[in-house]
Order: sequence, then C-alpha cells, then structure tokens
Amino acid sequence: MLEVRNIRKSFGDLPVLKDVSLKVDKGDVIAILGPSGSGKTTLLRCLNFLEQADGGEMIFDGETFRFGQVSKKDIHRLRKKTAFVFQNYNLFANKTALQNVTEGLIVARKMPRDKAEKLGMDMLAKVGLADWSKHYPNQLSGGQQQRVAIARALATQPEIIYFDEPTSALDPELTGEVLSVMRDLAQEGMTMLVVTHEMGFARNVSQRVVFMENGVVVETAPAHDFFEHPQQERTRAFLRMLDHQEIKEEKEK
Amino acid sequence: MSEKVFNLLVDSFGKILLPGLTMTIPLTILSFTFAMIIAIAVALVQYAKVPVLTPLARFYIWIIRGTPLLVQLFVVFYGLPDVGIILDPFPAAVIVFSINEGAYCAETMRAALEAVPVGQIEAGYCVGMSYMQIMRRIVLPQALRTAFPPLSNSLISMVKDTSLASNITVMEMFMATQRIAARTYEMLPLYCEVGLIYLLFSTVLTRLQRIGEKRLSAYGRKE
Repeated sequence: MLEVRNIRKSFGDLPVLKDVSLKVDKGDVIAILGPSGSGKTTLLRCLNFLEQADGGEMIFDGETFRFGQVSKKDIHRLRKKTAFVFQNYNLFANKTALQNVTEGLIVARKMPRDKAEKLGMDMLAKVGLADWSKHYPNQLSGGQQQRVAIARALATQPEIIYFDEPTSALDPELTGEVLSVMRDLAQEGMTMLVVTHEMGFARNVSQRVVFMENGVVVETAPAHDFFEHPQQERTRAFLRMLDHQEIKEEKEK
Repeated sequence: MSEKVFNLLVDSFGKILLPGLTMTIPLTILSFTFAMIIAIAVALVQYAKVPVLTPLARFYIWIIRGTPLLVQLFVVFYGLPDVGIILDPFPAAVIVFSINEGAYCAETMRAALEAVPVGQIEAGYCVGMSYMQIMRRIVLPQALRTAFPPLSNSLISMVKDTSLASNITVMEMFMATQRIAARTYEMLPLYCEVGLIYLLFSTVLTRLQRIGEKRLSAYGRKE
C-alpha cells in the first residue's frame, strides 16, 4: 500500500537521506532501527510532509507522488489517510483528552459532534483512558498522553500510522503501557511504521526490521532473521553494541 | 483637613466619577477592543510572514512606538484639520488610542504566538486540519492564554493614559478635575482625589485579571 523509492533529503549541505527505498504492505508492522542521526525520523517526517524531501517518489494506494512536486491539496488528502504519533506526544494543550481525539474528526472531517464524541470515547477506552476524557494533557502522565495521542491517531481510521520514537520521551516504567497498546494494534492488523529504540518491540511485535545508518538502509529483514542472522557487518556491530548495553544495564540492576 | 476642603472633596467626587463612567470607561473599552483587533491582525501577519504586509506591520509598529502618545493625539486632532479631516474629540481619541495600543499589543501577541510549540501545528496537520483551522482552534487560543497577563497590563495602562485625552478637549475624568481645580484653587486634594479614582479603576481591573487568569488556567497548570 505504501512504497517509497529513492527518497533524498538534505539539510543544507548535510545529506540525511540518500536514496532510501522502502515497501510497506497492508497489515505490516515495520520497525525502523538505527543509531541517532541515521535519518530514520527524517524519513518518517518526509512521508507525512512535515519535512519536504528533495527527491524520489512515493506510491500510496497505487497513486504515485514525486517528492518536491506534490501539491498542497494532495498533501492534505494524503494526511487524512495517515496518522502520526510523535515522540513528545504533541497533544493540543488547550484541548481535553476527548477533544484531542475528536478535533480531527469534527474540524477536518466534518463528522457530527455526537458521532465524533462516541467514536472518541471508544478510542480512549481502547487505550484504557475512558475515565480521563475530561483531563487536559498537562494533567496526564507522559504514558497517558502518548496513549491519548494513539487514540487520536486511531480515531481518524488511518490506513497507516507512523510512530516516531513513541516511547523515547517516557520514563522507563511508563513505556510498557504504550508498547502494550501498540502490540494490540499490531495484532488487530493495523499497518504501522515504527521508528524505535525498543528492541523488544522490534523483535517480538514487528514483522520486519529496517536498519538505517548515515541516511541509507543497511539491511532489511524479517524480524527474527534480523536479530538471529544479521547479514551486514554494520548490523552485527549495532546489535553487539546493544547487547553490551543490556549486559551493562543488567549488571547495574 | 478643613471642613471646607472635606465638603469640596465629597461634592466633587460625583462630578469626577461621572465623566469617569461616561467617558473614561467607554473610551478605554472601545479603544482596547479595536486595539486588540489591530494587534491580532498585525501579529498574525508577521507570524505567517505574509509578504508585503509583514514589512508594513513592522513599519507601523516602528512609527507608533517611536513617537509620544500625546504627539499622536495632537497630530490627529489639531493637525489633520489642515488637510480637511476634522474629527470630534471622542472619536479622535478612540482612533489614536486604538492605533497606539494596537502597536504595543501586536508585539505581545507576536511573542505569544511564537511561544506556541511548532509541534502543536504539526499535530494539527497530521490530524488533517488546514492551516487556518489550526491557527483558529489551536494556536490562537494558546497564544491568548500566554498573552493574557501582559495584555491586562496594557489595559490597565490604557485606563490611566486616557487622561491625556483631556488635551484634545475630551471631557473625561481628568479634565473634569482640572475644571473644578481651576475654580476652587484646591489643587492638591483634588488631583489626589482623581488619582485615587484611577487607582480604584485599576484595582477593579487587577481583580478581574486574577479571576480571568484562574478561569484560563485549567490547562495552564498541573493539578
């Protein structure tokens, strides 16, 4: 349903994406891994036009779009088919949890208020926050805010959800509640493209892993193969480094 | 205090307060309302970096902030008749106060708009909202919340600044006091009295500001 071909992006003289290609089928859960500065967040942001890519093309639902030549109207139309979950949640600060979920329905999609609110409450219930609908974002914990953000993403019934390091800003004890919501979504068949540092999620929930470094895709493999039989030396080095970190963390405990 | 002065103060209180209620307050409310409309428009133009209008907005702010309010009043009321524009005192005062305060409040609003995190706008785009919808429903309400205390400041300043309108023959509180003082020669008690009435007005506004802030703080503070 989504294919990216040779996407390119530079910030000034600094190339951050060098001909990255990627294919996502309906129902896929794909984890994008890589050290910081590898371009994974930029890739995700380009797919939703939060950054303008310099070149390459994107095929969404059989329609081809050339980056740099996509009209505002098409961007608007594409965004209505997708959803985005941010690292720092970005809930609307002046809206309650429920209003955050319904805003895109009532304002952007002209859904009647009562229908939107019913759907909104369903979505909040789904992420376990039905009792928190009247709270403002700053009255919620980070984990709760991120779950509201996921409910907001779900409410628009997107064809794909982009997750940009959804647990990176959370305290370790709060990541679990967000990851478990994401795991449920994956099981329901939601198409998800997830930039993450959570190796557990990549290994156990995602079907495929894309490993990026310095703006290129180093290796793409089914999750199991990626962790058990990495093909590239760079991938092996990255995984070794993670192992070391895990051992170190275990020791510290 | 002699009985004569005391009686004068009691007697003049109503005579000063009345133009306060019928002139100073309407002048302030009208001018501040127009000032806010100007301020929001000028701030939004700059925030959205609208070509042509943005340098015009900077020019407007530069001129207005760089010249005295009193001079602006004189230019409009005593100066413009030379080019055939003759205004009554009250509308002239409203025009000058609106334009003057608009420039200051525009800067307050611009700062408040820029303080809204860009992530709020990105989130709006991602749920399918248009730029205008995001501005109206997300950015502007948050900016107004941030700008509320400094805007209250401006409003309180304006109440006091309306005394300058006496210079263009607007029959407001200060002018009423001047007239009584000219007749009775009791300068000190009368000018202190009008000062106290301004203080009373400001105090009421300060109270209102506190109530307003409390109502707006629902999402501004952790519980």
